[in-house]
Amino acid sequence: MLSQLRSLWEVLKHTFVKADTVEYPEQKPALSPRYRGRIVLTRDPDGEERCVACNLCAVVCPVDCIALQKTEDENGRWYPEFFRINFSRCIMCGFCEEACPTCAIQLTPDFEMCEYDRQNMVYEKEHLLIDGTGKYHDYNFYRVAGMAIGGKAKGQAENEAPPVDLKTLLP
Amino acid sequence: MATIEVDGRTYEVQDGSNLLAECLSLGLDLPYFCWHPAMGSVGACRQCAVIQYKDAEDTRGRLVMACITPVADNLRISLNADVARQFRADNIELLMINHPHDCPVCEEGGECHLQDMTLMTGHTSRRYRGRKRTHRNQYLGPFVNHEMNRCIACYRCVRFYNDYAGGADLEVLGIHNNVYFGRHEDGTLESEFSGNLVEVCPTGVFTDKPFSDRYTRKWDLQTAPSVCVHCSLGCNTTPGERYGELRRIVNRYHGDVNGYFLCDRGRFGYGFVNSDLRGRFPRIERQPVAVAGTAIEHFRTQIRSAKGIIGIGSPRASLEANFTLRELVGETNFFLGLDETEHDLLESILGILANGGIHTPTLRETEQADAVLILGEDVTHSAPRLALSLRQSVRNATFDLARQLKIPRWLDAAVRQLEGQVQSPLFIASVHATRLHDSAAETFHGSPEAIARLGFAIAHSLNPESPLPSGLDEAEEALAALIAGRLREAKRPLIVSGTSCASLAVVQAAYNIARALPAQNKGLLYALPEANSLGLTMIGGRRLKDAFARVQDGSADTMVILENDLYRRAPAPQIDAFLDAARHVAVIDHLENPTTAKAGLLLPAATFAESEGTLVNNEGRAQCYFPVYPAQEPILAGWEWLIRVMDNPRWHHFRDLTSACAAAIPALAGIERFPAEEHLPKIPRQPHRYSGRTAMHADVSVIEPPPPQDCETPFAFSMEGDTVHVPPALLPVVWAPGWNSNQAINKFQDEVAGPLRSGNPGIRLIQASGMLPWFDRIPPAFVPERGFWRIVRLPNIFAGEELSAHSAPVAERFPDACVFVNPEDAETLAVSNGDSVEIRYELELSSLRIPVRIDSTMPAGLLGITAGLPPFRHLPNGARVALIKAGPEAPAKTGENQ
Ligand code: SF4
Ligand code: SF4
Ligand code: SF4
Ligand code: SF4
Ligand code: FES
Repeated sequence: MLSQLRSLWEVLKHTFVKADTVEYPEQKPALSPRYRGRIVLTRDPDGEERCVACNLCAVVCPVDCIALQKTEDENGRWYPEFFRINFSRCIMCGFCEEACPTCAIQLTPDFEMCEYDRQNMVYEKEHLLIDGTGKYHDYNFYRVAGMAIGGKAKGQAENEAPPVDLKTLLP
Repeated sequence: MATIEVDGRTYEVQDGSNLLAECLSLGLDLPYFCWHPAMGSVGACRQCAVIQYKDAEDTRGRLVMACITPVADNLRISLNADVARQFRADNIELLMINHPHDCPVCEEGGECHLQDMTLMTGHTSRRYRGRKRTHRNQYLGPFVNHEMNRCIACYRCVRFYNDYAGGADLEVLGIHNNVYFGRHEDGTLESEFSGNLVEVCPTGVFTDKPFSDRYTRKWDLQTAPSVCVHCSLGCNTTPGERYGELRRIVNRYHGDVNGYFLCDRGRFGYGFVNSDLRGRFPRIERQPVAVAGTAIEHFRTQIRSAKGIIGIGSPRASLEANFTLRELVGETNFFLGLDETEHDLLESILGILANGGIHTPTLRETEQADAVLILGEDVTHSAPRLALSLRQSVRNATFDLARQLKIPRWLDAAVRQLEGQVQSPLFIASVHATRLHDSAAETFHGSPEAIARLGFAIAHSLNPESPLPSGLDEAEEALAALIAGRLREAKRPLIVSGTSCASLAVVQAAYNIARALPAQNKGLLYALPEANSLGLTMIGGRRLKDAFARVQDGSADTMVILENDLYRRAPAPQIDAFLDAARHVAVIDHLENPTTAKAGLLLPAATFAESEGTLVNNEGRAQCYFPVYPAQEPILAGWEWLIRVMDNPRWHHFRDLTSACAAAIPALAGIERFPAEEHLPKIPRQPHRYSGRTAMHADVSVIEPPPPQDCETPFAFSMEGDTVHVPPALLPVVWAPGWNSNQAINKFQDEVAGPLRSGNPGIRLIQASGMLPWFDRIPPAFVPERGFWRIVRLPNIFAGEELSAHSAPVAERFPDACVFVNPEDAETLAVSNGDSVEIRYELELSSLRIPVRIDSTMPAGLLGITAGLPPFRHLPNGARVALIKAGPEAPAKTGENQ
């Protein structure tokens, strides 16, 4: 009996508390940057495409809604020839972001993705690629990796010694 | 058998083997790098450490490398002891110190043995913060990429390339921590087996270049068991497809045939499947039509209105396709579509295989031969994978010596020390120097007649009942006696011959020798021209020249040509006349070629990658290839076009067709037993991690299409199905938990490097029986004629095969177009290396300007040309030509008279 009365009292008390729900869509909720919404592809601090077409996001995706194809520029830098996400399948789990070794693929706080035509939920690279670095500002995969690309020769990545001179007999 | 104890459990293992191989055979996971099942142990990487105990009391034990520790009875070891685990983890950590942060951009990623082993040892995060050593890469040609930073210095590459495959241009350079595996300078890797580096190297240093250009992870490739279609050996392959395009071919282990290795033609020759020359639509009178039905209706009308119909089969089409054509046109109207000489040769060889009573060895068995005679073949170019096997055969004497010295045969470095001391004999009689000459004990160069005569002389020397050629010179007699002597001593002698010389006498001399050999375990092997040459000959049919006659005399006016470019079979004017005389010419083929250009009706055929079929290799082994991905309508498999055009086809499915073929042709009865029967649930072609299913077609429509149905084979075009209860021979993808690289094959063999569990694929259709009389048609010696030369077509691994020659990277490896002449002939002509000569060939009324290469091993009076190179397409074997030194004012137009 007593507990029932207490429950009633607790419920009543809430009548005078400020509501947590917001009047969406008139009012926009404040979402944290790590909210898992619409996916973007970002660029590295030098403004180049970050995605190296490694396919890890695609393989980790539980609904298999990412498809891409690797290609190379004339200096050997890998990037996706096409990169497609079928958002009508995506469950915004964020696995792709976790798997991505280059911080290229990121989920954003934008969740407003309604379409009358489901076909419009298919995003290609031109729809996904943004101009900035997204949430992770500093990472530049190719500065760390050992592959030579345009503007970065062997031995010029982080923590790399200059290439070995095979002709030397010095220890 | 020996009993060993591993971590407290006892196992029965092979005596005389090494611990690593035995642990892997038992299915235990023990990391390794430098050991390779085909190349043995060197103990270089220190990754396979285990603890060995003295006896039951010993609790400390000592660290040993499993790969160089022989198995002994009552051996006690531990894989899981903390010390062993720690050692392996530390070793990997050291190997990884300089390793680049490359996995995402590394072609090896996802099938990397280094990744697998690193995870297996538990080293998951880098502690080393110092600077990494780096290396520059090299350009290694069109087949292989080089990324030296990823090397862990296991030495497998050079051991394969130099020691196993006889290459000379891949070296270990630099010193200590800086060792470098590459060439002395940038340049194309010369070996015909360079592609195997991709699989031999446990890291991403050597990767498949054409695949990298159209890269897809292993887990995204759709695959099915397949058979190489580029020569008669029938190596097993695993082709991979993504987005409707064939992306690569890797080796598929076959314990009896190719083992762990392929040749570069087989690995990189698939480019024709994606080529622009593929016909994608049927064509009626040069007009493309969009649907198969229209073409089939047209085809039917043609057949109904025909006065007489003939069908021309093909040595590169499957048994089923050839058989269906034979059923469509009737047995008497079925022609084999081979050139005259080839027809003779193949019939004779089939006769020898079936009734000669001499065993045809598998490639695996050829490796065990202790004396080999190659009669008239340049096997590196005509049956490439066989050259690799024969290279191993010369080591048998070394293995015997090692056994006497109590050195186990798998202790590779030690056994190779003995190599200079003894060698099993390899004798090569060929037109000119071959790539195997560095391994040969004696070589002989001569015209096909001279080779045949030498062969007959050897046979006579072995058994005087075999006829003796007259007029041999002393040197030839001595050589014949020497070779006969060594062959007689051998326990497992092997005679290799084939069709390259286009000489019946060579083929028959090889039989005489084999028959004359006293050994029980002797072998006779013929290299044949094409993937299904033997299968087609077993079906049997009439000669191409009879087909010409049928059209000439008007008794046939309609012809169906199956996957055969007739312009490769007879001189162009003859084929022109033949095709022009027919009222209807229907051609079924994959690539545009001169014959399809003449077709009134062209039906685009599926390639090996999009259809199913059975091929019979040179040893008489029937093997099935299965579609890797569905053919895109209106492309159909050759057999399917033919069935659809029949009025009341008796068969609708591939399986029924195979059975019908087995029932109709006694020689092929064995294929009835193919494991192609229904397998339910189906076997998935896509690995369990296949990605992108709901996005790959979404650009066309967001509504996912159902996966294509496969009603013909045990496989499904999807990820779903059974991979557990599948015989390894039918497994599309080789994968085991923790083993993502091709080395997972360990888990599917009876024992390491042994047969696949539940048997190697294929069925041998021919059992040696009977005996043939001695062949006695000994040709007279070839005498050069003043002012004239005789053409010999020299096979070439890259240019010599019709389909692979349309693969871009293979085309990059075509040799320069030149003619090979003897130094004396060059003197007569007053030409030196690089000068041009003009070839005058009467029948063609055309002449050809071409540079000369002086080859001291080329017999006088013969003019060597590389078969398959465009300028030489119209020069038949044996043609008599005149040569004139070409003036310096070279007209711009050279030879491209196609
Ligand atoms: S995981 Fe990252 S780098 Fe790799 S393909 Fe996906 S987005 Fe690109
Ligand atoms: S070799 Fe293996 S471990 Fe090294 S970068 Fe390539 S995939 Fe990664
Ligand atoms: S290149 Fe590959 S095979 Fe050769 S030593 Fe290095 S890791 Fe081993
Ligand atoms: S040897 Fe012949 S069958 Fe084997 S891979 Fe090479 S071309 Fe193919
Ligand atoms: S595998 Fe045993 S030391 Fe390399």
